Amino acid sequence: MEFLINLVLLLFLAAVTFAVIGVRNLFAVVILGGAYSFLMATLLIAMDAVDVGMTEAAVGAGVSTVLLLSALHLTNTEEAAARHSNVLPLALSLLTGAALIYGTWGLPDYGMADTAVNTYVGQQYLERSIPETTVPNVVTSVLASYRGYDTLGETTVIFTAGIGVLMLLRGRRPRKDKETSTGGDAT
Amino acid sequence: MRSHLILRVVSKLLIPFLLLFALYVQFHGDFGPGGGFQAGVIVAAAFVLYALIFGLKTIQKVIPPALLEVLVPMGVLIYAGVGVATWILGGNFLDYNMLDSHDPSHGQHLGILLVEAGVLVTVASTMLLIFYTFAGRGR
Repeated sequence: MEFLINLVLLLFLAAVTFAVIGVRNLFAVVILGGAYSFLMATLLIAMDAVDVGMTEAAVGAGVSTVLLLSALHLTNTEEAAARHSNVLPLALSLLTGAALIYGTWGLPDYGMADTAVNTYVGQQYLERSIPETTVPNVVTSVLASYRGYDTLGETTVIFTAGIGVLMLLRGRRPRKDKETSTGGDAT
Repeated sequence: MRSHLILRVVSKLLIPFLLLFALYVQFHGDFGPGGGFQAGVIVAAAFVLYALIFGLKTIQKVIPPALLEVLVPMGVLIYAGVGVATWILGGNFLDYNMLDSHDPSHGQHLGILLVEAGVLVTVASTMLLIFYTFAGRGR
């Protein structure tokens, strides 16, 4: 049953990908991107990664779709015709895809207990989380307690990204206004 | 968007539950899936939905951009402040055991709760601020 669900979701993902390649209207591409994110979130939930699935649904399908739509509002919604031949990008994509598929042959089976991920440190976290922190959700105890430094770093990264976007997008507007409104106050 | 009656009614019904779900994800993060980041993006998504239906001007009356600019660094400050507090209480940086002198596990729960609150504040306000700056351009 799980195999069937994964198969259907992956087929949908492939269909959406081909639709994104084929469609010229960028509005449709953004909406298809949102659909892709929702399918990906469902797939992550099917793989028991609920935390990641939740984030994917809210960020990938929700917020970033809206951000892309508001970016589209500022530009043209039709994709411009390609200036160069598509052969080289296509070959590069196919080559990268082939390399990635070749790489999956080296991966252990999904959910195997004796892989490097599930043995050394992972095993320690699972065994020690409840006695040491009494937090039943090990993801949270690893994220916020054992790896608190990393999460502090991540929060700082988000803060920095926000400030960066703010400076890039807002810093330019007064200058533009000055050019158009011949002197006067820019604000 | 004045005329979209169904969208307006449905989103008005949905937004309180979205925010409630975000709070559940936030405060239940110790026991179930979720945490500060997930709750933060859900809060941001709820407000973005509100902005899509009722316009940027209305949402900026609810949450002014100046407030968001304070909240973005506030979250990081809350997080780092917990670390400094554990320092003062005699432990290592972010050693939550110090937060409760009687029961270290209570300290862990309290520390995780405070730290996740910091993450929520920064994530939600950053997402909204990026949305504000994007949506406010070219008008």
